Amino acid sequence: MEYFLQQVINGLQIGFVYALIALGYTMVYGIVRLINFAHGDVFMIGAFIGLYAVERYQWPLTAVFVSAVVGCTILAVLIEQLAYRPLRHAPKIASLITAIGVSLFLEYFTSLRQVFGPNFYSFPRPFAVVSWNWHGILVTNIQAVIFFVTVFCLLLLQFIVFRTKMGRAMRAVSFDYVTAGLMGVNVNMVISFTFGLGAALAGVGGVLYGIAYPQVNTFMGFMPGLKAFTAAVLGGIGNIPGAVLGALIMGQSETMVSAYVSSAYRDGIAFVILILVLLWKPTGILGTPRTEKV
Amino acid sequence: MRRSLSLVAVAVLSVAFFPGCKPPPGNEMKIGLITPLSGDVKTFGESVKNAFEIAVEEANTKGGVGGRKIATVIVDDRNDPTEASNAANLLINQHRVKAIVGSVTSKTTIPVSDLAQSSRIPTITGTATNPKVTVADGKRKDYMFRSCYTDSFQGTVMAKFARGELQAVTSAVLYDASNDYSKGIAEVFRDAFTRMEGKVSAYESYGKDDVDFSALLTKVKASKPDVLFLPDYYNKVGLIAKQAKEQGLEAKLIGPDGWDSPDLVKVAGDAIEGGYFSNHYSPEDTRPEVVNWVKKYREKFGQTPDALGTLTYDATNMLVEAIRRANSDDPGKIRDALASLKGFEGVTGKFTMDENGDPIKSAVIIQIRDGKQKFLQVVNP
Repeated sequence: MEYFLQQVINGLQIGFVYALIALGYTMVYGIVRLINFAHGDVFMIGAFIGLYAVERYQWPLTAVFVSAVVGCTILAVLIEQLAYRPLRHAPKIASLITAIGVSLFLEYFTSLRQVFGPNFYSFPRPFAVVSWNWHGILVTNIQAVIFFVTVFCLLLLQFIVFRTKMGRAMRAVSFDYVTAGLMGVNVNMVISFTFGLGAALAGVGGVLYGIAYPQVNTFMGFMPGLKAFTAAVLGGIGNIPGAVLGALIMGQSETMVSAYVSSAYRDGIAFVILILVLLWKPTGILGTPRTEKV
Repeated sequence: MRRSLSLVAVAVLSVAFFPGCKPPPGNEMKIGLITPLSGDVKTFGESVKNAFEIAVEEANTKGGVGGRKIATVIVDDRNDPTEASNAANLLINQHRVKAIVGSVTSKTTIPVSDLAQSSRIPTITGTATNPKVTVADGKRKDYMFRSCYTDSFQGTVMAKFARGELQAVTSAVLYDASNDYSKGIAEVFRDAFTRMEGKVSAYESYGKDDVDFSALLTKVKASKPDVLFLPDYYNKVGLIAKQAKEQGLEAKLIGPDGWDSPDLVKVAGDAIEGGYFSNHYSPEDTRPEVVNWVKKYREKFGQTPDALGTLTYDATNMLVEAIRRANSDDPGKIRDALASLKGFEGVTGKFTMDENGDPIKSAVIIQIRDGKQKFLQVVNP
């Protein structure tokens, strides 16, 4: 039983980090119907900003998170304006290919020696690691930080989307951006804001990832990005609670497969779950079918 | 990757279109080095490059080979198999090198060895320990050589050490399923440990890009091993060790020569303290060859040479010696001279090539104490 609960905690740790990334995918998809493949790399940039803030400037933890959030937000807004906006009315495939291009650009450009460099860097822990033993179940303060920061971000996001004017505009644009524009919503601004908001969460995720798994390199965004994307699809892409649910399911299924079956099947079974869910419910667990408007 | 690909393409095309064009007959002999100067095992690549340069410089101050100076071409492979075969193509087809030193890890050296074999360019690696580097499907790649022992030897050494010195009854193994080196040693260790009546209580794999080992380590912890064997390179080992400590795992950590980097302690901190690993030489050895070499390297680069650099120094010297004996730049003759090398005195021991191009040598065991490598004992084959 202790073994099971310990594994649940392990699964929650990775699941929460996936959730922060998955939210960015799902929000952007919800509004512009674009799978932003560069999102995983924005997450990587967040981790690097965190690395510099911790190692070079020794900023306090809050400042580390704020710097990563600000940096990623600016970057994502720039990407949106330079790469995606000119293609807003082009066929969807053009934006998709551009997204892949931006992703490769970020990975290889930052791996130049003049930027971050092509190596693996160890991420110093900004605080000492303490672990608590509760009836044989070990919880570390890293896991506590991940839990509280993620929950805080989720509540904040929920507040922004459902309690602010901008949130209402986002929901309106997501529902029908042409009509929203006719009603006086500044669609371009809302889209930029959505990219920025998703990137801010990815920035937080990047720093948490660096703290939890203390090593960063410029290609680190690829796998978590892919997993988070899968989680977003699993939960129903475009749906915010769905992304969190999907991420937690991904985290648990990966951990449980490693724990009770074999680590060799871990990724395989996680993706089999995805396929089964999509067969049963093609829009994802919480996704709603979208009726074609005539 | 694209750049080197296009260079290779240009090289191949220019050969195809201008069959009469040959590189100008310089009075130099070209030798290539493939080594990871960036990426996840960068410290390996750097010390290998340093050692290679020292060896070539020494050969050149002694008058070169057969009155000709040695010129070098150094290519970075980022510890990526695709990059490594691009690098080998570049060296063989564009730079027209007569011999290659490298690459450093097994997963990159295996593709290099296949290209070297098909192009008949004698190649010697200092450090790739996987058996498949010199033999494929039971067939000897007769242009491939190495100056290190193989994984079957070091896996057995560590199993013996864990069972004997550490009196471990149960052991756990975590390895990278996508890495020939890691997988190879893990298998040898498991079989040897079981043969010595030990029990392998957990045998689990992870992927190349994994950073979260908490599920595996919880599983390992539940199986209560006396030792945890981690056959991988320092960056991964550092991450695993750190998470193992945070999970409260008490097993002793042991591993192979992939641990040999100052960065191991940087990543793992005190989590790796007290760990043991097998290596090819110790800078604390008092044999005159070792003392001289360590002094020379320290003067030039201000740090103690690791085993990878040292092995490459031996490999490069063996190659130079073979070229001298062949007294020719014909790759076939250089190959024959390398294969017939006997009793060559290197820093890491005395070399005689066996029929597979693998030397027969002893290993040393090193412990990490106070964040430094301390020489423990020599193990003979």
